Amino acid sequence: MTVKNKFTMTLDAKSANESFARACISAFAAQLDPTLEEISDIKTAVSEAVTNCIVHAYGETFGKIYISAELTDTNIIKIKIRDKGCGIENIEKAMEPLYTTVGGERAGLGFAVMQSFMDNVKVSSRVGKGTTITMSKKISRRFNING
Amino acid sequence: MSVKINVTGEVVTAYLGGELDHHTAKEMREAIDNAVELNMPTLLILDFKDVNFMDSSGIGLVMGRYRNLVKTGAELHITQAPPQIYKMLKLAGIERLAKLEGR
Repeated sequence: MTVKNKFTMTLDAKSANESFARACISAFAAQLDPTLEEISDIKTAVSEAVTNCIVHAYGETFGKIYISAELTDTNIIKIKIRDKGCGIENIEKAMEPLYTTVGGERAGLGFAVMQSFMDNVKVSSRVGKGTTITMSKKISRRFNING
Repeated sequence: MSVKINVTGEVVTAYLGGELDHHTAKEMREAIDNAVELNMPTLLILDFKDVNFMDSSGIGLVMGRYRNLVKTGAELHITQAPPQIYKMLKLAGIERLAKLEGR
């Protein structure tokens, strides 16, 4: 499996950038010729991860979000979303559906959505250092050029 | 992001449009809550026909409105949810709180 293409970008952790991050990932993933449903799944998962950086990792503080993605010759998109925020004390707990530390209008479904819309989701985190989400999805080719 | 409110008798319908994420949810929420406070409906309909993207912030929006409505005994319906949004609402088990209709 070799990497065909790759991009990296750094964003300010501002909520206005949630739609920008989705638009970038969807334009990049388009190279794998995904279905509309696959694109929507990827956009949603990225939106959840980026929102987590803004709402949880940085909260009231200012920070950057580091996004990278690669496309493989086996038609897999791998996405990495990293922050240098507060980190997650208990990853298992954080990933439980409906669990949220901020309450109010947050549903506590961010990780559940990532896991159900992507094939693979990995979370690594260190308190006070930050969190990295790595996720991947195999894209079915809509048109097979080789017949 | 857009919200159009229509009031007919005891029914408030909010026609939502555009992208529903953490960034846009606040404004949508305020528009809906203002209309509910003002009109005290027995039924709130959230129409998703023109929503072209929604993440779990949309689930939070629906759950929050449900919590408010329950206090007054009012009902919540979700109509015309596009397939991807319907999938998301199902994942969250929203049909236990509100009548859920796809597009």
